Amino acid sequence: MSKNPTMIKIKIQDEDFDISEETKILHQNNTGAIVNFVGVVRGHDEKNNQIINSMTLEHYPGMTEAEIEKIIVDSYKRWELTGVTVIHRVGELKPSDQIVFVGVSSKHRQNAFDGCNFIMDWLKTKAPFWKLEENNNKKNWVNFNQSDNQALKKWKK
Amino acid sequence: MVIKYFSWIKEHIGKSEEQLELPRHINNVNELINYLNEIDEKYNLIFEKKELIKVAVNKTYSSFDTSISNIDEIAFFPPVTGG
Repeated sequence: MSKNPTMIKIKIQDEDFDISEETKILHQNNTGAIVNFVGVVRGHDEKNNQIINSMTLEHYPGMTEAEIEKIIVDSYKRWELTGVTVIHRVGELKPSDQIVFVGVSSKHRQNAFDGCNFIMDWLKTKAPFWKLEENNNKKNWVNFNQSDNQALKKWKK
Repeated sequence: MVIKYFSWIKEHIGKSEEQLELPRHINNVNELINYLNEIDEKYNLIFEKKELIKVAVNKTYSSFDTSISNIDEIAFFPPVTGG
């Protein structure tokens, strides 16, 4: 466990987020490396070859934050990290909108890379969010992607 | 007890949440599902393929044989698709 595991920020919000502001917060914590991941809404559904007009995200308040916190605490146990921020947007989003931010700081880059990758992989499979895609006035709940489960295998060592 | 539904399950049932007084003979999630199926057949379609459904008891991932009581919050939802 890191000696300074207190720097955990979790936000579920409708509003957009500012990557440079979030990076500054992670920077303040005597760090040597910051890795940010930003997920963006795609305007095209590759699997069904369809345009996406909009996407609405639903979540389970309370459980979402609790699941993300468990993942972050787990990441602190595996790597020496100095800060973790997870921001996930909900509500209606448009193509090219930012949807999720995972920022991880550490004294050394490999821990930050691995921690960020780990948190994102587990968030995809555990945090209770559901996407409703809309294209040409048709609404479809997005199906779980089995490859997200495959991605977890690399952490089961 | 409070039962919550999310995503397409919520749409199929037509509500995001319901209050239920749990009969005494219901002690776990599986028994609750059987009970709901008896009350209204709209639940059958949801629970006929339980492997596609996740369950949380008091906002924690749980299994279908998890013990439950009247003060618990149960949630049924499909596999998650955030990120």
